[in-house]
Amino acid sequence: MTRNASPDPVLRELMARAGSAGLSRRTFLGLLGAAGSAAALAACGTGGGTAASSSGPAAGTGGKAGTLRWANWTLYIDLADDHVTSPTLKAFQKSSGLTVEYSEDIDDNDSFYGKVKGQLANGQDIGYDLVTLTDWMAARWVRQGYTATLDRSAMPNTSNILPNLANVDYDPGRTHSLTWQSGFGGIAWAKDAVPGGLATVSDLWKPELKGRVEVLSEMRDTIGLIMFDQGVNPASDSWGDTEFENALDVLKAQIANGQIRSVKGNSYKEDLVSGDAVAVIGWSGDIQQLNFENDDKFTFAIPEAGGTLWSDNLMVPITSGQVTDAQKLIDYYYDPEVAATVAAYVNYITPVQGAKQAMEKVDPTLVDNELIFPSEATLSKVAMFRTLTTDEETKYNNQFLDAIGA
Amino acid sequence: MSLLAGLGAGGGGPAPKERARGAGHRWLLAPGLVYLTVFFIVPVGALLATSLYVPVPGGELGQYQPALHWQNYVDALSQFWPQLVRSFVFAAIATLACLAIGYPMAYVIAVRARGRSLLQGLLLVLVIAPFFTSFILRTIAWKQILADEGPVVAALRFVHLLPPDGRLTATAFAVVCGLTYNFLPFMVLPVYASLERLDPRMLEAGADLYASPVTTFRTVTWPLSLPGVVGGTLLVFIPAAGDYVNSSLLGNNTNTAMIGQVIDARFFKVLDYPTASALSVVLMAAILLLVAGYVRRAGTEDLL
Repeated sequence: MTRNASPDPVLRELMARAGSAGLSRRTFLGLLGAAGSAAALAACGTGGGTAASSSGPAAGTGGKAGTLRWANWTLYIDLADDHVTSPTLKAFQKSSGLTVEYSEDIDDNDSFYGKVKGQLANGQDIGYDLVTLTDWMAARWVRQGYTATLDRSAMPNTSNILPNLANVDYDPGRTHSLTWQSGFGGIAWAKDAVPGGLATVSDLWKPELKGRVEVLSEMRDTIGLIMFDQGVNPASDSWGDTEFENALDVLKAQIANGQIRSVKGNSYKEDLVSGDAVAVIGWSGDIQQLNFENDDKFTFAIPEAGGTLWSDNLMVPITSGQVTDAQKLIDYYYDPEVAATVAAYVNYITPVQGAKQAMEKVDPTLVDNELIFPSEATLSKVAMFRTLTTDEETKYNNQFLDAIGA
Repeated sequence: MSLLAGLGAGGGGPAPKERARGAGHRWLLAPGLVYLTVFFIVPVGALLATSLYVPVPGGELGQYQPALHWQNYVDALSQFWPQLVRSFVFAAIATLACLAIGYPMAYVIAVRARGRSLLQGLLLVLVIAPFFTSFILRTIAWKQILADEGPVVAALRFVHLLPPDGRLTATAFAVVCGLTYNFLPFMVLPVYASLERLDPRMLEAGADLYASPVTTFRTVTWPLSLPGVVGGTLLVFIPAAGDYVNSSLLGNNTNTAMIGQVIDARFFKVLDYPTASALSVVLMAAILLLVAGYVRRAGTEDLL
């Protein structure tokens, strides 16, 4: 309006120029915005998990020389009284001259995978040089080529690995993963509330325990234990949909009738302490740690029919360029005395032969602890849930989540 | 402004200045627009696109390819409508409870404590104080308070409000209580802000005109506080409907699962991005519709 009203032709010309400049600035901004959003969308697309090449990403260069970034689970290494520093880690840093950035960043295999898989698929640094993941998740990483190859000859201590862990179906010869700790899935109860104790998974369904039972949201432990109870060995290749659904039906029925109060991840420990749960399907090391803090209130047992065995595995992501240093760290933790020190704190099964002898020096009271140094008899009662195919994993995960209502 | 423009048109000189000033105002929007584009429009676009993806045939877990598979919405809704409905019911109950508890609180702080600024400040700090601790920690603390062996259950059993084997955690009651507790300040503060401006002489006038306190409240106080009430209900209802912390910490996963929990599980547990995205879109659309209807009914010109 002002433009038309202006009587001066020069001024009119000037304003027209300003107008066109403004227009082009706007257009430019618009183009910039469009380009930016397209790029962002493209990044989201690949990051969100569209088809990645099956050949797998190339070896990475991520990280900083002299520094190792290690992602582990909470309370999964020896800690000093300050609950922050780890004596073994401190000793390793001193002897190797490396800096270890230790973080308790993993509290769930799936969530951790969900957070880093986009970068893994694109070959971008995920921010860690060492990760600690459970068998089935480790299998997924190895299968997709997300792990660096480890030079076992540079890690002489790793020949100490227990024979039953030296070869696993997803990583024959252990060139991509090495066990950090193992543990049992079994049943546990509060001694005062369940004086008679429990012998089988079916005992959890006793009427007097109604509403005070909790089971794990980890499908392989909860379903694995129910399968054992039904006479099916979850480690064998012979079971299929029928056996899985039979076990799932038991879980569904016990949730529906209120026997199972809730299906929990790690937080079942808090419910045991608060008394909301008096009998659970849980993990061996957890119950041991709870007992230290709560005057031996609880008992853990492997059910008569059998229990699950799982391991968490150290792996170097393909995106990390610090493989050599990571190998040094793994090698260090396969030293029997170091392994015994860690086991004395975390109370899980150590994968290192000779750690039992070393434990005599570290803490003699733990030498005969079946849950840290299981005997052949105990090991014969437990089995690893077999590795599922991709289709099975999708199907069973969906069915399990549906049953637990999430 | 139009007066200025008219003056400018006569003089010739100020006109371009005027124009430049208008453009400058528009540029002030740029940071906000860029921010919204990058962090809202693009993600929502990605979300919409992902909700229509299909799995790569024979691909790895969590691998999807672009498609226009509208069936994802049908599947997601037919499987998860109970959780969706439950989320809105829980959020609605929590909102009403927040209003019932929060309105009197805000009234006392804004009207009764008026003139005593120290008391007023202290009460407001008490309302906000819970925010000094983490949301998660506060919710976990409630789990301890409401535990079977805890004081609340023991007291309720003693007075026979709960049967001897009754419990509070892992029930819908606990989840709604958690939502009410966690979002209460979002109700109190906007209502307080409205009531704070309430002129006490209006209440006196009501009394002078022989209106009972109830009538005065109904015809004077309540309508004047309505903008705060509308703002508060929105601030409580919207986050409560999508909340998953309370339902996963205080609930028992089957009878109390809310939609946020389902989206979380779909996204992280089974890497089912299309279903998780479809549910997110449905949740957003449902909230938008409910809120639009509510705001239209409540008439919130005063809010703006």
